[in-house]
Amino acid sequence: MLNKLLNIFVACFLMHALSLNAQEAQPMQNNAAVEEQVQRLSTQLRCLVCQNQTLADSHAALAQDLVQEVREMATKGMSDQEIIDYLVARYGDFVRYRPPLKSSTVLLWLGPFALLVVGGFGLFLQLRRRQAMAADAPLTEEETRKVRELLNK
Amino acid sequence: MKRALIPLIIFLVVVGFLFKGLFLNPREVPSPLVGKPAPQFSLARLDAADATFSPKEMLDKVWLLNTWASWCAACKDEHPLLVELAKSNFVPIIGLNYKDNNQDAQKWLDEAGNPYAINAVDADGRVGIDYGVYGVPETYVIDKKGLIAYKQIGPITMEALRDKIVPLIKQLQAQ
Repeated sequence: MLNKLLNIFVACFLMHALSLNAQEAQPMQNNAAVEEQVQRLSTQLRCLVCQNQTLADSHAALAQDLVQEVREMATKGMSDQEIIDYLVARYGDFVRYRPPLKSSTVLLWLGPFALLVVGGFGLFLQLRRRQAMAADAPLTEEETRKVRELLNK
Repeated sequence: MKRALIPLIIFLVVVGFLFKGLFLNPREVPSPLVGKPAPQFSLARLDAADATFSPKEMLDKVWLLNTWASWCAACKDEHPLLVELAKSNFVPIIGLNYKDNNQDAQKWLDEAGNPYAINAVDADGRVGIDYGVYGVPETYVIDKKGLIAYKQIGPITMEALRDKIVPLIKQLQAQ
C-alpha cells in the first residue's frame, strides 16, 4: 500500500518536472542585445487582456503578438522610448506599468506624499496639544510624603 | 462632539469612492486613437482573396469597422444587431476578421447572415495591433475624413446603438 502511494507520488513529481520544461518554442534570436531589450520592455508593458500581468508574465495570445511586435521593432534598432511610444499611441498610457507624470496622473504620483504631509502635520498638532495639556504641576508636600511612603514600603 | 464626527466623515468619503468604483469597468481602456486618423492598411478580402480592401476606399463616407472572429463568443451576441443594422442600409459595416480561419469565418457568415459590405482578413492580427484591438469585438465609427470618432469596446448593445452610435453617425453624416 505504502509502496503504491510512493510510486504515485514519484510519478506525479516526474510529470510535474516534465511539464516545467514544456515551454512553447520561442523564435530563435541570435542577437542577445535585442533579446535583452525585449525582456526589459516586456516587464514594463501591460497585457491588456489580463490586466494585472506584464507582457512577460502573460500567456495571452495578444501578449505574445505584442512581444513579437516589440522584438521586431527592437531588431530594427528602435530605442526603448520609441517602442513604448509606438504602443502608447495604439493602446494608451494604460499599456505602461509605470504611468507617466502628467496632469491627469499628478494625484496618483503625489497623493501619497500629500497624505503623508497632512498626516504628519495632524500628528504634530496633536502632540503639541497633548504637551500643553500635561503641563508640569509640582507635587504638594502632602503628596510628596505619600509617594515616599509608598516607595519605602 | 464635532471631533468625533471626523472619522465618520472620512469613512463616508471612502465609501463614496468605493461605491462609484463598483460601476467602473476596468476592461474599458479609453482609446488614444479617438479623434485621430484611422490607421491605413491593405488586406485581402474574405470573399475574394485576390482583391484587397483599404480604408482609403471609404473616404467621404461614415462607416463602421467591426473587428470579429468566428471563435469569439461575444461577437455572436452582437451579430443579430449588426445584421439588422445592415438591413436598414443606414451605415456600411466593414468587417475586420481578426486572427480567424477563412473557412470558419465564411461558414459562420453563411449560417448567421452577413452584415458586412466587405470583410478584410487580418490573419496575423497586425492591423488589429495598429488599431489598438485587445479583445474582439471592438467597433470603430470612422467619419468622412477618415478620423476615428468613437470606439465601442466589447459587443454592441441595443443601448449603445440607440444612445451613442446611431446619433453619432447621424451627426457625422450631416457634416
